[in-house]
Amino acid sequence: MRRLLLSLLLCLPLLANATIEAYQFDDPVKEARYKKLIEELRCLVCQNQNLADSNAELAQDMRSLTYDMVKRGASEEEVVTYMVDRYGDFVMYRPPLRSSTYLLWAGPFIILVSAVVVLINIIRRKSREAVPEISADDIAKAEQLLNQNKDDQQTKDSDK
Amino acid sequence: MKARFLIPLVIFLVLVVFLAIGLTRDPRDVPSVLINKEAPVISLPSLYDESQIVSSETMKGRVWLVNVWGTWCPECWREHDFLMYLKNEGVPIVGIDWRDDSDDAKKMLAQQGNPFIAVGIDPESKAVMDWGVYGAPETFLIDKKGFIRWKHTGGLNAELWRNELKPLMAQLEAE
Repeated sequence: MRRLLLSLLLCLPLLANATIEAYQFDDPVKEARYKKLIEELRCLVCQNQNLADSNAELAQDMRSLTYDMVKRGASEEEVVTYMVDRYGDFVMYRPPLRSSTYLLWAGPFIILVSAVVVLINIIRRKSREAVPEISADDIAKAEQLLNQNKDDQQTKDSDK
Repeated sequence: MKARFLIPLVIFLVLVVFLAIGLTRDPRDVPSVLINKEAPVISLPSLYDESQIVSSETMKGRVWLVNVWGTWCPECWREHDFLMYLKNEGVPIVGIDWRDDSDDAKKMLAQQGNPFIAVGIDPESKAVMDWGVYGAPETFLIDKKGFIRWKHTGGLNAELWRNELKPLMAQLEAE
């Protein structure tokens, strides 16, 4: 009994899924176009979701409109233009390249380049000041210590 | 040398300034691309008689408002009294009842008064998408030539009326 109940409960997500409408296409090209469009268009109600992910009522209607347009043979560009004419560039997840968005597109690269320049400067400065003067006495002492260690190693090896 | 310790602080302060500006902005206030463009044609079945068509054609030559609302929208209830005030001021408002139950809508208008000269129903967001609306309430001001001249997302209120809408309407009437 409990097992039956559990398996029924596990079926619940299927029900939730069923609320997203399945559109039928006779042409796979149109279906691919529709899928790409609802991935790239933004739902304006829940602004950080695209049409494909959103369950808002407006998103449902926007999907249905996209479906109608694609089915009637509209190109990808036509659908996007239709939406942008009404909702503005914001409806596109990928902002277009134009004078008002240059900074948006170039910003990350500007930051990257300046970070690399800063990094190179730091490394150069470090390498310039990194070689301190060592006196001959210190070098002799260091050599002695290193060799001493080597001798120990050899005696240990010969013990084996 | 000492100034280098201030760098993180400076970066932090710059971030604070940017975030503070971000906080004062409303992400829902998407700038409308429709301002100063020709208003989309409204052609919707009337709320009171679905065989009748509510059309924007009949409004040619007038300065009028389009108000998108629904009984499911709490901000629209709050706005309703103010729309009644506008009606008494003689402002013609065409309502678009968006994705609503028609009986609920009729009940609300019967109980609280009907500020609209005509109400069209839009159960599939047809007009709503044409007008680039993504939330209710939303109000558009259309001039005599049928161009959208002003838009407001959210409820109308006395302050907006006094400061923006009323002067602009007077100016458009004179055009």
